[in-house]
Amino acid sequence: MKPAPFRYHRARDVEGATALLAELSDEAKVIAGGQSLVAMMNFRLARPGHLVDIAGLRELDHLGVEADGGLHIGALTTHHTVETAPADRLGAGYEVIRDAMRWIGHLPIRTRGTVGGSIAHADATAEWCLLAVLLDAELVAHSPRGRRRIPAGEFFFGYYTTALDPDEILLEVVFPRPAPHAALTEFAERRGDFAIVSAAVDLATDGEDVRGGRVALGGVAAMPVRVPEAEAVLAAGGSFRDCAEAAASAVDPPSDAGGSGDYRKHLIRDLIERACEEAMSR
Amino acid sequence: MNDTTGPGDDVQLITLDVNGTSHEVITAPRRTLVDVLRHDLRLTGTHVGCEHGICGACTVLVDGLPVRACLMFAAQAEGARITTVESLADPATGELGDLQRAFTAHHGLQCGFCTPGFLMLAQGFLAERPEATKEDIREVVAANLCRCTGYQTIVEAIDACATARRSQRATGAEEESCN
Amino acid sequence: MTSAKDDRLVGRSVARREDPRLLSGRGRFVDDIELPGMLHAQFVRSTVAHGTITEIDLSRVRQVPGVLAAFTAADLELGDITAQLGRPLSEFVPTAMPILARDRVRYVGEPVAVVVARDPYLAEDGLEAARVTYAPLPPITCEEQALAPDAPRVHAEAARNTLVDVGLFATEGIDEIFDRAPCVVHVDVRTGRQNALPLETRGAVARWDDREEQLVLHTCTQTPHQVRTVAARCLRLDERAVRVIVPDMGGGFGLKCVVGREEIATAAAALRLGRPVKWIEDRKDALSASFLAREQHYTARAAFDADGRILGLDADVVCDMGAYSCYPFTAGIEPLMASAEMPGVYKVPAYRVRGRAITTNKAPTAPYRGVSRPQYVMAVERLMERAARELRLDPVEIRRRNVITDFPYTGVNNITYDPGSYLESLDLCERAVREAGWYDRQAAARAEGRHIGIGYSCFSERTGYGSAAFAQRKMEVVPGFDLAEVRMDTSGAVTATTGTISHGQSHETTMAQIVADTLGLDIAKVKLHQGDTDRITYGWGTFASRSIAVGGSAVRLAAGKLGDKLRAIAAAEWGIPPEETELDRGRVRRRDDPDAALTYEHLADTAYLTSHLLPKDIDPGLTATAVFDVHNDGTFSNATHGVVVELHEGTGQVEILAYFCVEDCGVAVNPQVVEGQCRGGIAQGISGALFEQITYDAQGEPSATSFMDYKVPTAQEIPEVVIHHLETPCAFTATGAKGAGEGGTIGAPAAVLNAVNDALRPTGVELDHTPITPETVHRALTPRTPEQTP
Repeated sequence: MKPAPFRYHRARDVEGATALLAELSDEAKVIAGGQSLVAMMNFRLARPGHLVDIAGLRELDHLGVEADGGLHIGALTTHHTVETAPADRLGAGYEVIRDAMRWIGHLPIRTRGTVGGSIAHADATAEWCLLAVLLDAELVAHSPRGRRRIPAGEFFFGYYTTALDPDEILLEVVFPRPAPHAALTEFAERRGDFAIVSAAVDLATDGEDVRGGRVALGGVAAMPVRVPEAEAVLAAGGSFRDCAEAAASAVDPPSDAGGSGDYRKHLIRDLIERACEEAMSR
Repeated sequence: MNDTTGPGDDVQLITLDVNGTSHEVITAPRRTLVDVLRHDLRLTGTHVGCEHGICGACTVLVDGLPVRACLMFAAQAEGARITTVESLADPATGELGDLQRAFTAHHGLQCGFCTPGFLMLAQGFLAERPEATKEDIREVVAANLCRCTGYQTIVEAIDACATARRSQRATGAEEESCN
Repeated sequence: MTSAKDDRLVGRSVARREDPRLLSGRGRFVDDIELPGMLHAQFVRSTVAHGTITEIDLSRVRQVPGVLAAFTAADLELGDITAQLGRPLSEFVPTAMPILARDRVRYVGEPVAVVVARDPYLAEDGLEAARVTYAPLPPITCEEQALAPDAPRVHAEAARNTLVDVGLFATEGIDEIFDRAPCVVHVDVRTGRQNALPLETRGAVARWDDREEQLVLHTCTQTPHQVRTVAARCLRLDERAVRVIVPDMGGGFGLKCVVGREEIATAAAALRLGRPVKWIEDRKDALSASFLAREQHYTARAAFDADGRILGLDADVVCDMGAYSCYPFTAGIEPLMASAEMPGVYKVPAYRVRGRAITTNKAPTAPYRGVSRPQYVMAVERLMERAARELRLDPVEIRRRNVITDFPYTGVNNITYDPGSYLESLDLCERAVREAGWYDRQAAARAEGRHIGIGYSCFSERTGYGSAAFAQRKMEVVPGFDLAEVRMDTSGAVTATTGTISHGQSHETTMAQIVADTLGLDIAKVKLHQGDTDRITYGWGTFASRSIAVGGSAVRLAAGKLGDKLRAIAAAEWGIPPEETELDRGRVRRRDDPDAALTYEHLADTAYLTSHLLPKDIDPGLTATAVFDVHNDGTFSNATHGVVVELHEGTGQVEILAYFCVEDCGVAVNPQVVEGQCRGGIAQGISGALFEQITYDAQGEPSATSFMDYKVPTAQEIPEVVIHHLETPCAFTATGAKGAGEGGTIGAPAAVLNAVNDALRPTGVELDHTPITPETVHRALTPRTPEQTP
């Protein structure tokens, strides 16, 4: 379990990184925290000819609410930095993001793994991908052709595939508005594993009652998905249990080593209901 | 003596700061941090258990935080402070540190293969979270695998060390305020 | 004849001698060994489960930069590893396991060629360049396929893929007993295939020593002398010309108590190349291509009278041993263990058993911690629970009525059990569960619709197998005795050397405790040497919970002999009979004059440096050796485990809320070490009950090649364990100790399974297969809709 040979490049700035990626094209992979990539390389399931290390681009390590009211998280911010972010930097209403970090692997993974790395890797059960889809995040990317903002809903194409071009890197993730009544929860046989199913909700309330909300699921398709059928139940004033039931009926999750489609539907019922309750209790 | 590079490999000179000492290593970029620590620097206290980031036997501190040394290329560690299990005992006397002594007192190790990983995990965690409860500790201990102990005595050892450090600090603070 | 009782170290939780080096990164494991000019080996492995090798092309491998050599079976011409039982072919079919596959491969991961390179990275580059072509054969991946009348054969000589088929017991008239019994219960128990999973994978460093004319093989094995014997035979060397040295070892659990192929191929490569060669197994290979364990199937029934007393036990056991018999135990180890010991702690008057080992296209198996006992205890304990339900008896009460209480007890299985605390441990365990309030909490939870279950398992574990017990199995290589040497030098320091080898069990501490007590010596003056075949004539290593019972007894006896010699030398100096002397804190004293004492240093000076002073009947030197063997049926440790679980309806997750263990391993040399063995064993038992499994698909591809698929539980899944000790000393080991290594693993799966089934009671569903996954529990908890009900 030793990786195949590659050439190592340390990027000095964003322009340099993307120029190098453009020059090397398919041969190159970006490495940030490397918590998924290096494991795959050790198995030789990934064997890039070149690694472009962007860890030195400190300007991509930032977190804070900016003038637009959105929470901006730099691509190189680690899960651990988010998890331990002080309340004044995180901003009111973004606690769901901080609290979701405890579901990502374990501490020594979170200290290295980055927000941008997780989103660009696009695992179907990744917490960051689910949060991005749930909260309508925008992904800011940069290539030699310039900078663009990609809505999360248009970013994930399928298993480990995204809208990013080979010479494009993520700069930051922008969560546009607070989600004070949101929660993410998941289930895996063993704590720290990839979820069999993960569920996240963002409830809209009038202070007391639920007036609607967003519902998203991971582990039920090739990428995290919103579930409009379940959201319709919330909008119509239905119960959390009905919302969960609607979500379970709406999706057609795969059967694999992690569990059968039927079992995943069962988990969806449990997880969405619990996520709703947790979101309301915030 | 470890001839680490073949003609197919790009080699580079890197400088690693390990336990406060600077080392220059000529290495191929594909060599992981744990392999360079063990075989180039001969710091064999850090162990290799899975090479895919799950067992935690290779856990070391990078800039004070616990990381998997199998999921990091040595080249990525340039410029960072790396701390390994070899740093825990007193360098002059070899006397064990408080965390190590707690592991002995609570029988927190049997074969000892996973132990350096747990020590470094706990060392990094307690530095950041000195107030951690036993439940917090159990959650963090779940980051690494041990096949011998059933974990209970590892949790107890770390908790005892944390408790002792807290009471020591409290006593120290008290003494200071008295002065 | 030793120091005062309150000074004694045996029975005390003495701090471990191993710890300082292991805690400071100064342990020396096999991968820590670095030799000048050392090369690195890795193996080209079969990618098909079953097939004929049509071509092995290594020409491109040899061109890979950094690769120095690549060898096939034909290049190395090594002997096979063949394990034998002294049984007729109708009962046992031997399988020759070649070091590298010759013309046939029998599992995915079987070694086909060895590649040697300047470093491990380059060796893996070499593997990628190998081209092996196979003509595939139909793979046998499960019991049903293996036993089919027209099944393709994994080994041509094994019809119906059966390697062992033995009916050890069949009480006359047993069918009539079942026909007439008021209560007959059945069970169909299956256990998943597991990996014993020492955290340190296997590995070896081999070099030829010209001066000693010896191959020096550093390898992490539980059985160094057996590796020496087999390596010498396969390499066609005199056994003298092989020295096996075991460094610090990161666990074994049985996986390392059989002789593997890779260490011998590594040695062969080192001999060929005239340079040291290292092989370190990576985790992918360790998970899928080393030795696996545990996959068994029990079809069993038990007859009871109306009061719940067992009348008969009738079982059919099928063990899936994978592609080859392991050395030295053979594929007989599992079915014969189960057959011999299944009646366990219960007074079973009639017994019939058929035990079979089948061969399949899966990685071969090794005897993992517990060896068949976790499985047969599960089968028997499920039968007890079913009978209790049927007869409306309390599950603890039915056990109370059946456990052996009068010792020694000779069972229907012709085994004589030495005294134990079967009933006491059962009562104490139930009391612990009750006093912690779990019965009340269970009732309250049921009223709320929650699913809390309480389960027990009650078992004994034969430890300290002597050669007599192994010979009964008709093994041709018969383990059993062990050897110890204890010597004192002129500084009065003592070196004890054993044939056992610790790999987590703390022998450096516990054996030293025994020596220190026997000689009345400061423990700091005692050092244990183990795991070097040149330091002790022969030994059987560490497995089957034998080390303290057998090896510790040998150490005790050898230390006693050395003490006798010290007394004899002192007595000669004083001109009194040795009987009038005693050992006391580093001195020999005169019984008649407490002030007269000679220090060990003084006596050692006499023994070595001024030996002309010794009388003629005392040889110079201070060395004693002793052999210990067990000539009866061994000694039985026992325990009862009590488990409380909650099943979560939303996820199907099984949460262990509380775990109680009442154990009796005789004299606990070091109670903290015994507790460590219990807790670790229980964690492994829970792992098998709820988490770990390697399955094979129809093509014979293993499901688990990483820790993402093979789910070793963490501190979040393994509960705290409350342990109570009972002590029924063993009458015939030299220390009163019984074995303590495996009990935790034996008791846990049955107790967990019973607790889960207790929680499921309102549903009417019973689960008898492990691991019990959340999805299985979810299905059990989900009420069937009318159309699903037949």
